[in-house]
Amino acid sequence: MKWIIAAFLALAAAVVFVSIGAGWGGHRGKPVVCIGSTSVEPFAEMLAEEFQHKDPNLSIDVQGGGSTAGIQAILEGIADIGMCSRSLNPPEAAKLRGIPIALDGLAVVVNKSNPVTALTRDQVRAIFSGEVARWSEVGGADEPIDLITREEGSGTREAFMKLVMEAKVAPPAAAASQPSTASAPAAAPPPVVRISRKAMTQESNGAVKELVKHNRRAIGYMSLGLVHDELKIITVDGVHPTAEAVRSKQYPLMRPFLFVVRGTVRPAAQDFIDYVLTPEGQHVLEKEGLVGVR
Amino acid sequence: MRQAAKDKCISLILLAVAMSAIASLAMIAAFIFREGLPIMMKVGVGKFLLSSDWYPQEGRFGIFPMIVGSLAVTAGAMVIGGTLSLACAILLTQFCPPKVVSILKPCIELLAGIPSVVYGFIGVVILVPAISRYLGGPGLSVLAASVVLGVMILPTVTSISVDALRAVPRSYREGAIALGATEWQTTHRVMLKAARSGIVAAMILGMGRAVGETMAVIMVAGNTLDLPHSILAPVRTLTSNIALEMGYAAGEHRRALFATGVTLFAIIMILNTIALTVSRRRARKAGQS
Amino acid sequence: MKRPSPAAMQRLAVSFMWLGTILTVGVLLFIVAYILTLGLPHVTWEFLSQGPRLMGREGGVFPMIVGTLWVAGLAVMIAAPVGVITAIYLTEYTLEGKLTAVIRFGADCLAGIPSIIFGLFGFVFFAITLGMGLSVLSGALTLAIMVLPTIIRTSEEAIRAVPRAYREAGYGLGATRWGVVTKVVLRSALPGIGTGVVLSIGRSISETAAVMLTAGSALRLPTSAFDSTRTLALHFYILAREGISMSKAYATASVLIVAILAINLFAYWVMQRFVAKVR
Repeated sequence: MKWIIAAFLALAAAVVFVSIGAGWGGHRGKPVVCIGSTSVEPFAEMLAEEFQHKDPNLSIDVQGGGSTAGIQAILEGIADIGMCSRSLNPPEAAKLRGIPIALDGLAVVVNKSNPVTALTRDQVRAIFSGEVARWSEVGGADEPIDLITREEGSGTREAFMKLVMEAKVAPPAAAASQPSTASAPAAAPPPVVRISRKAMTQESNGAVKELVKHNRRAIGYMSLGLVHDELKIITVDGVHPTAEAVRSKQYPLMRPFLFVVRGTVRPAAQDFIDYVLTPEGQHVLEKEGLVGVR
Repeated sequence: MRQAAKDKCISLILLAVAMSAIASLAMIAAFIFREGLPIMMKVGVGKFLLSSDWYPQEGRFGIFPMIVGSLAVTAGAMVIGGTLSLACAILLTQFCPPKVVSILKPCIELLAGIPSVVYGFIGVVILVPAISRYLGGPGLSVLAASVVLGVMILPTVTSISVDALRAVPRSYREGAIALGATEWQTTHRVMLKAARSGIVAAMILGMGRAVGETMAVIMVAGNTLDLPHSILAPVRTLTSNIALEMGYAAGEHRRALFATGVTLFAIIMILNTIALTVSRRRARKAGQS
Repeated sequence: MKRPSPAAMQRLAVSFMWLGTILTVGVLLFIVAYILTLGLPHVTWEFLSQGPRLMGREGGVFPMIVGTLWVAGLAVMIAAPVGVITAIYLTEYTLEGKLTAVIRFGADCLAGIPSIIFGLFGFVFFAITLGMGLSVLSGALTLAIMVLPTIIRTSEEAIRAVPRAYREAGYGLGATRWGVVTKVVLRSALPGIGTGVVLSIGRSISETAAVMLTAGSALRLPTSAFDSTRTLALHFYILAREGISMSKAYATASVLIVAILAINLFAYWVMQRFVAKVR
């Protein structure tokens, strides 16, 4: 009996001691922690892998959670770099610095078997607000539309709201005086049309992709760079989204990828950011379908 | 004398450990209430629980659809999982040869350890498309969540019900059989009534587990903000709401999530109180007889 | 219509119950078989010993195995002794009264609280307020407080189930209270306590929601308790949800299921042997 307890305590003490001891005496140094957008995450992970090959002494941890989660993480001090797939709003910009690392298109996606291939921006807005509820109203089969959306803290969702759900892409003051006639019950403030309550929420680009891939009635929006030809991308207002169209600003639905930092940055984190902005780093991104910022 | 001193010393150490454990748990409960209650008061408890407007960015916090969602999938889970578990438990204790029981019971208990995300995944891969194809709707639905949860609670509810039925004194069964009843009559007129408090405890535990499940539900329920209008409609539960938003919620929004936690706390407390009263009434009745 | 005879009713009822049981066992076995069939072929030595590449599309799950062991192991090592000691104190060193009833009710409630709430608490308290960030330590502490009430309650039930006569015999022989506790009560209650601890180990390993936002989801091998890490369950969830690699997802799930089944079987076997020895 005593043996068991003694052995158990010794083992426990050993584990705890090694854990904490290794933490304080670790020669690897604290890893650079990147938290935020699930759109940026796969690309940041790729860059991190490349970067760690060059300098194995540095370690970089990349985690998702959404753009706003990344900003929160920076503000609360648990991350070095926040990944964001939308521009910073004024209160955030006052405290933080957003460093653009790439441009990404926002793709409206449907299942590959869906006959619909092109929509106008007004049609997309009507679909997502719930006003248009069946595919037949936009040239498809007579089936209900299954709406897929992201969680509120998602930069992709924010970008979608700003680029599509706002009646006109205009400065907030102007938008307030021109509510779209195609809007569903427009709330008092803000003047942006709400996404329908019936929309099914998924927490990452990957989840949206998987859902639309397996549901022929689904429509969703996600990062253009992550579609990888597994879904049908809708041509919006006559422009088919490709990296070229994004680069030449023809495709209107476009948002920046940002690395967000606060104040002075740790040398290790700064090294990583610098790497991402080098031609080599940018090439990694462009190879994957993003538009570089050089 | 030294022995008594040593004993006293040990009991003081035990006291210290026990007190810190209990104090920590109490502090955690207090933390959750401290974060959640003020916002519930601010919004108004009635409005918080009964309003269907969940728009955190506008400061509107109403969790009614999520409450309905949680209750709906839990009820569904109990219908599916509860009846199957009961059938299983009765069979294993009353109608099964011991050799078969000695294989089946450990089988079921071992399966209690399968992670919930695995259940959720199989739900997504097999169940959701099947519901969508044969029953309609997007497949992500109250039904999908109920089935997944029902299957998930099977091992727990079954094994506790089995224990409850086994705990009934042999004399009850033998007495009934001696009076000429068939095994089935014995079962539903005597054994089930005798084991009622244990079975109720098992069901309550299952309900608690169903209410508390998060990941599997996020995968198969659809997570809409709307009230579900049928079992084929997508739904969001209280736990899914917390999981989806806690990464980025700040300030009032985060406190509203804690308030959702308080609501769940209250639900669990109600369930446990029911279990407690049922068992106490049982004990009192047994004491009287 | 003639009322069906009791014998007929019984046949009907038993058939339904057999149906239900076969359905129950069948579905559970199907799930395990499905995962293992699709996953075990991909569980190679490389899979178990290498780290993930391309976000998990290639490579293995070695850092996740280490991360899981660390987070779950640390959690149980903290919660088990504390929980058992608390249970001993509540049953052996205090008198039954209102206070112990309240504590028992509180522990029951906390044992039933959804794990996501512990996750929310752990995220706000350990990761942010105490500044531990997303780390093994945050995750382990969160899991520890999550399983603590369960361990306290199951240990308490096991200890209370020990017949009073055992204790009285011990005291009658002149043992001290602590002596009776360790040599008599604990020895008798160990199977029940063991079940509770094993259940907690299983729960810690399978937990996803609470570790997602306390231990984080880093893909690297954690080298310190302050590093973020990804557990096997979370890795499986991410691989499956994002469609990164189905084969790797099934393989990860297989490792998880085999590990849990092995732990449960091992505990079962140890309990049987221990009970036999005590007898």
